[in-house]
Amino acid sequence: MLNTFAVYVENKPGVLTRVASLFRRRAFNIESLTVGHTDKPGVSRMTIVVDTDDLGARRLEAHIYKLVNVLRVENITAKPGVFRDLAMIKVAATAESRTHIMQLVDVFRARVVDVAPDSLIIEITGTEDKIDGLLEVLRPYGVMEMVRTGRVAMARGARSAAPADAGTGPADEDSNVFHSV
Amino acid sequence: MKRTGAQIIWECLVRQGVTDVFGYPGGAILPAYDAMLDYPIRHVLVRHEQGATHMADGYSRASGRVGVAIATSGPGATNMVTGIATAMMDSSPIVCITGQVGSKLVGSDAFQESDVTGVTLPITKHNYLVTRAEDVAPAFREAFEIASSGRPGPVHIDITKDAQQSSCEFDWDAAAPRKPEFRPDWSAAPADFQRALELINTAERPIILAGHGIILSSAMDIVRAFAEKANIPVTPTLLGIGSFPASHPLNLGMMGMHGEAWVNQAIQEADLLLAFGMRFDDRVTGNLKTYALNAKKIHIDIDAAEINKNVRADVGIVGDLRQSLEQLMPGVKQGDRSKWIARVNEFKGDVAVRDIQNLPDDGHLYAAHVINDLWRATEGDAIIVTDVGQHQMWEAQYYHHDKPRSLITSGGLGTMGFALPAAIGAKMACPDKEVWVVVGDGGFQMTMCELATIVQEHIDINVAIINNGYLGMVRQWQEFFYERRYAATPLINPDFKKLAEAFGLPAQTVTKRGEVIPAVEAARKNRQTVVIDFKVEQEDTVYPMVPAGAALDAMIRRPSPSPIIETGADVL
Repeated sequence: MLNTFAVYVENKPGVLTRVASLFRRRAFNIESLTVGHTDKPGVSRMTIVVDTDDLGARRLEAHIYKLVNVLRVENITAKPGVFRDLAMIKVAATAESRTHIMQLVDVFRARVVDVAPDSLIIEITGTEDKIDGLLEVLRPYGVMEMVRTGRVAMARGARSAAPADAGTGPADEDSNVFHSV
Repeated sequence: MKRTGAQIIWECLVRQGVTDVFGYPGGAILPAYDAMLDYPIRHVLVRHEQGATHMADGYSRASGRVGVAIATSGPGATNMVTGIATAMMDSSPIVCITGQVGSKLVGSDAFQESDVTGVTLPITKHNYLVTRAEDVAPAFREAFEIASSGRPGPVHIDITKDAQQSSCEFDWDAAAPRKPEFRPDWSAAPADFQRALELINTAERPIILAGHGIILSSAMDIVRAFAEKANIPVTPTLLGIGSFPASHPLNLGMMGMHGEAWVNQAIQEADLLLAFGMRFDDRVTGNLKTYALNAKKIHIDIDAAEINKNVRADVGIVGDLRQSLEQLMPGVKQGDRSKWIARVNEFKGDVAVRDIQNLPDDGHLYAAHVINDLWRATEGDAIIVTDVGQHQMWEAQYYHHDKPRSLITSGGLGTMGFALPAAIGAKMACPDKEVWVVVGDGGFQMTMCELATIVQEHIDINVAIINNGYLGMVRQWQEFFYERRYAATPLINPDFKKLAEAFGLPAQTVTKRGEVIPAVEAARKNRQTVVIDFKVEQEDTVYPMVPAGAALDAMIRRPSPSPIIETGADVL
């Protein structure tokens, strides 16, 4: 089953390698990994998705904590949370098909961010399922190129996985966003 | 005070209590070597950087102190890799220092540049690439803390040449290691201890699996008290040998692939395994699908990642072994397990304890004889450092260790070439102890260049080469599993006596049983390292043996009649 970890690390050279190397040498396959800054200087947050069972996930968490540069690990798989992926899809679009495509984009609450004479770039944010769904309906028009960020995730509610003073921010109250997709 | 990065290295080492380092100089570490002369440090010049790491490892295993090895960049650093991996697998605290090309040159494929922190990343607890003098002290203080805390292990510090040459203010106190911001509390809940106690107090056929963690946590006394109070028999892993006295009536002998047959049988019949600081390595479990199916398991280990790794634990207790047992002890009830102990004794049957002393001398020299005689001659009180292979298993079977840290051997990685350098390190750490190397003819030739180190540094150990003219353990596998097709296992060896003499060391060749004790006694009296070449039976085999991947009680037993009979009591 897919497990999602939020991992806070020191933003230092080589830390991504240390985390990725750990997964490799313990023979866990990373499904997706995203990394970016947090609101606290010097701290990065990774969202790592890995296919393993409960025992494997617990052991993995213990392994990650053995890395000196790791500040905090949280397995947010079973917690209520918001899971998002962002994709940009370039799809072939003629004058005739453009309207059809834009209707589909509306249905999926995606956005057209670039229009060229023979193509469109569509930006979509949502769960992986939703993006897969849009991709499916666009395929007949000719998907020319696609890029996805991989999953980012955050647990709901005031309790935060972030290390002390990382700043929690207000809790996500727009629960519709999660359920509407 | 202002110091160069090179000086700060030694300032830190001296303050950490380091007195000896093992190393080999070269271009990128030259500033550090130059600064070394002004500090009270004994430097042992090795003949190969692998030797330096094994020496640091042996030093640490013999004493519990952090061992230190130092080398230059590129090939000097990559030569350390085997020793670092060995220390990692056996949880041995060492700090390895390497020079690196100047920080401006890093990444340019400069002369003797290699991405060595990239190489050592998965085989160290942590590593550092230090590019500024200011970062030297914090890296060193943290490195020693990491190496020796929790589950110990190797730490590698790579220091660019310019970081060694430039100067900065040296402030020891300001460089104190920071505590991790957060670590989860993995320690067991009171309910887990309660559950463990219920299992212990109601178990009818319990057995203690005594691992290396007992020694690392200095829990020998409490493990013994625990076993005696509850009357639970004990079996050590290879690295657990010495954690529980071999002469103790509750000590059954070693478990595992070449463990005692009755021990493996007892494990398979047990209703409770108490795993103390051991990690259920494949060499002790055999096939996991058939391993100890009747037993509940209580697993105590300081490393949370070990719980449920290979064997599912009914109770997992994460923490220091001694502290965990101190918490358990008051609730442990005195137990009468005489029925179970009698049952285990039944397993022993006619193969009971190995007494080879009363054997008629049939003109053959068996490795088991040599090792058993070595045990008698040294009264079981020496530090024995073994290499890897048949002789290692015979050592575990025929030399009886009553004290911790008296057997030093590469268990997890199984590194041939480990013994000779590790013994040098052990002797440096414990100069008053008698140290013997027990090594095969194959492994000896991997690191025998360190005989020159022994001469140069006036090291007084002794070397017993168990010479059967084969890579014996591999030959044994070929005998059992490859239809005796001896691919690349016969060895044409040099004359080890002449070789040792060429290094300037006294040496002797022994071919007969009766010559063993006199040769050992003569070596013990000699204040130099003596090399003894024991020419033993060539196609002898280690019994019993659990084939890799087989069930633990599916052992290949010694065919009888055998020249080595196992009967009677084996006592000094």
